[in-house]
Amino acid sequence: MKHSGNRAFLSGNAAIARGAWEAGVRFASAYPGTPSTEILEHCGTYAEIDAQWAVNEKTAMETVIGACYGGARSICAQKHVGLNVAADPFFTVAYTGVNAGLVIVSADDPGMHSSQNEQDNRFYAMMSKIPMFEPSNSQEAKDMTIAAIKLSEEFDTPVMIRTTTRISHSEGIVSLGEREKAPEREFVRDMAKYCVLPHNARKLHAKVEERQKKIAELGCKSPFNRIEDGDKSIGIIASGISYCHAREVFPNASYLKLGLTYPFPAELIKKFAASVEKLIVIEENDPFLETEVRALGISCIGKDRLPICGELNPDIIHESLKELVDRPMPTTTPKATVDIPVRPPVLCPGCPHRGVFYTLRKLNCTVTGDIGCYSLGAFAPHNAMHTIVCMGASITNALGIEKAMKEKIHGKLVAVLGESTFMHSGITGLIDTVYNKGRHVTMILDNSITAMTGHQENPASGKTLKGEPTKVLDFAAMCRACGISNVHTVDPFDLKLLESTLKEALNDTEPSVIITRRPCFLLKNYKPRVQLVSINRAKCVKCGMCWKLGCPAIEVNPDDGKTVINSALCVHCGLCAAVCRPGAITQAKEEA
Amino acid sequence: MTTNILLCGVGGQGTLLASNLLAECAMEAGFDVKKSEIHGMAQRGGSVVSHVRFGERICSPIIRKGECDILLAFEELEALRWTEYLKPGGLVITNAQNILPMSVSAGNAVYPKNITQILAGMSVQTIAVDAIGKASELGNQKCLNVVLLGVLARRIKEVKAEIWPEMIKKMLPAKLQELNLKAFTTGWNLA
Repeated sequence: MKHSGNRAFLSGNAAIARGAWEAGVRFASAYPGTPSTEILEHCGTYAEIDAQWAVNEKTAMETVIGACYGGARSICAQKHVGLNVAADPFFTVAYTGVNAGLVIVSADDPGMHSSQNEQDNRFYAMMSKIPMFEPSNSQEAKDMTIAAIKLSEEFDTPVMIRTTTRISHSEGIVSLGEREKAPEREFVRDMAKYCVLPHNARKLHAKVEERQKKIAELGCKSPFNRIEDGDKSIGIIASGISYCHAREVFPNASYLKLGLTYPFPAELIKKFAASVEKLIVIEENDPFLETEVRALGISCIGKDRLPICGELNPDIIHESLKELVDRPMPTTTPKATVDIPVRPPVLCPGCPHRGVFYTLRKLNCTVTGDIGCYSLGAFAPHNAMHTIVCMGASITNALGIEKAMKEKIHGKLVAVLGESTFMHSGITGLIDTVYNKGRHVTMILDNSITAMTGHQENPASGKTLKGEPTKVLDFAAMCRACGISNVHTVDPFDLKLLESTLKEALNDTEPSVIITRRPCFLLKNYKPRVQLVSINRAKCVKCGMCWKLGCPAIEVNPDDGKTVINSALCVHCGLCAAVCRPGAITQAKEEA
Repeated sequence: MTTNILLCGVGGQGTLLASNLLAECAMEAGFDVKKSEIHGMAQRGGSVVSHVRFGERICSPIIRKGECDILLAFEELEALRWTEYLKPGGLVITNAQNILPMSVSAGNAVYPKNITQILAGMSVQTIAVDAIGKASELGNQKCLNVVLLGVLARRIKEVKAEIWPEMIKKMLPAKLQELNLKAFTTGWNLA
């Protein structure tokens, strides 16, 4: 932790973890997902917080619910789509309430920097009737986490904190406090509260509605919902990062700055609206606050002018509301007139997934894909992933496609997912495939870590979040237990074996599984023995086989069109030597 | 007065550490500071960018187009990509290094030639340095980020000179301090 006396420069995620620690939280669980991942990583740095990686968001949510029932102040954190996975327990804990305080973080991703959709999870608060905070900076992220634990215990409800990428991943100055000692609590049997059988749930629902009213009243007095007086000709209602952007464009306007946005502080909104001439609601993505403002019979400027798609920023707000801003857009330096090639992310040099996509493309397979580093297999030059829906969907998408197409697709269809995603929600799909007599091939790319989100331990790693040794899941045994008779395990650097195994599996009339096993090349402490790769450029015939690997270390010399190996990037994995036809690229032989 | 600095480069070049050091030094100098960057998918060899803003009070963590004072580019093509953010007459510091995007190395796109000249033709000030070469001379290409930080630091009058090396000592593990202090001084004296 970066300290400067009692202040630190923290990301929103680090600040939430700090807030949890200061609030006396002692249990945390999550499945990694950008932009939420670092919340648990930071929780893990505090000795007093038992932080753990769950195999998916649902198990994480259920575990923190159990922990709060058991008397530990608890937190779980997920990305926006992660809350879809955890939605079932999420809605029910709204009814049962808590024992010790429970905070549920949803980190949304407007602009989809690292996500498959732009869902606005503020609507989850509304649908579940769980109160919600929206911090605007790191200091508020910490303060609201502490306030959320208090609110949770005071009103016997879980409390949601909703951030966005620009809150989670932006850093700011945070003043630090001491850790509070939480009161001792333990699980007390109370079936009317904890068993949501219909007759209990009906009573619990009525309680939730009462709670809603009380918290809405509180929201009108909360210091997190405040009127900031300024020029009365323009009044702006904003929360989260939108408030920060709006402040840059309208520094002198009046503001209703909302932090406890749900339940809606209706009376406060009415009071503010009556005090200003022109009311603008500035928010990212959907008109969540605006709809409520309009429902109160108050007219405002909102999504009629501001975009629903993508992130907001001061430039977009200024451009959308130009005639209301008292100065012109800043003069920019013109963009260069030359074409600037894009630089999308790529599989790293030495990535164990590279050979898999090379082979899938070579055999012209139809590939149902999944979420992880290997999603990059959809990009050129591989173009070897043809569907990506959500975590775990690869196997079940494949089952559906073969149900629809039958013999037209048999022998060509492969589902590809990583080991972490397989554990997250692929196992159920595999059981489904066996039970319902599918016959596609499933490839589990086991690199022994949850890589895309920045290397989080999982049951394939043999280590917990806290770095303690633990049991390693036996994937082959797991697949056999699901009913797969033919489970193959191969090294994805052995291209010949990989290809012959895949051909055999495709010809199988039963569903089969290929586990490709090799650790992520970037793993700390992973130092495989490598043999040097070199190129004799005189022998290069520009056949382009090595270019098909999509390796950042393989370049084309613009003068002679022949291959060059960038020695600063090459990690000597040897795949290019394995595919080189004229023998220009070679790898030294291992010494006996 | 707010100072806006945009750091851009390619995933793996160490822009994150440089922007962390910059932000911590500005905080040490008594300013409000905000920093914003995108993690996740962009890390894998893609374009990366960090916004660092400091002044009396900072609201948005994002720099507006046309309001960036200094663009610190770890790679030439990335410098070109972000010029729109510079204010007219702003400063661009570039590391004279070309990292080819996949589209270029596969022969489907062309890496623009003479980027330093293109930049010089814009209404901005330019400083091109061979930071990667200097880092190699120091024995570790990875310290190129701190070489560039040294070049930048000399131009940030609001932060006292002695704060920078102190922060390097505070934030980096002991075994990396000597190399990075040398890298910083090299950058400071480079241009």
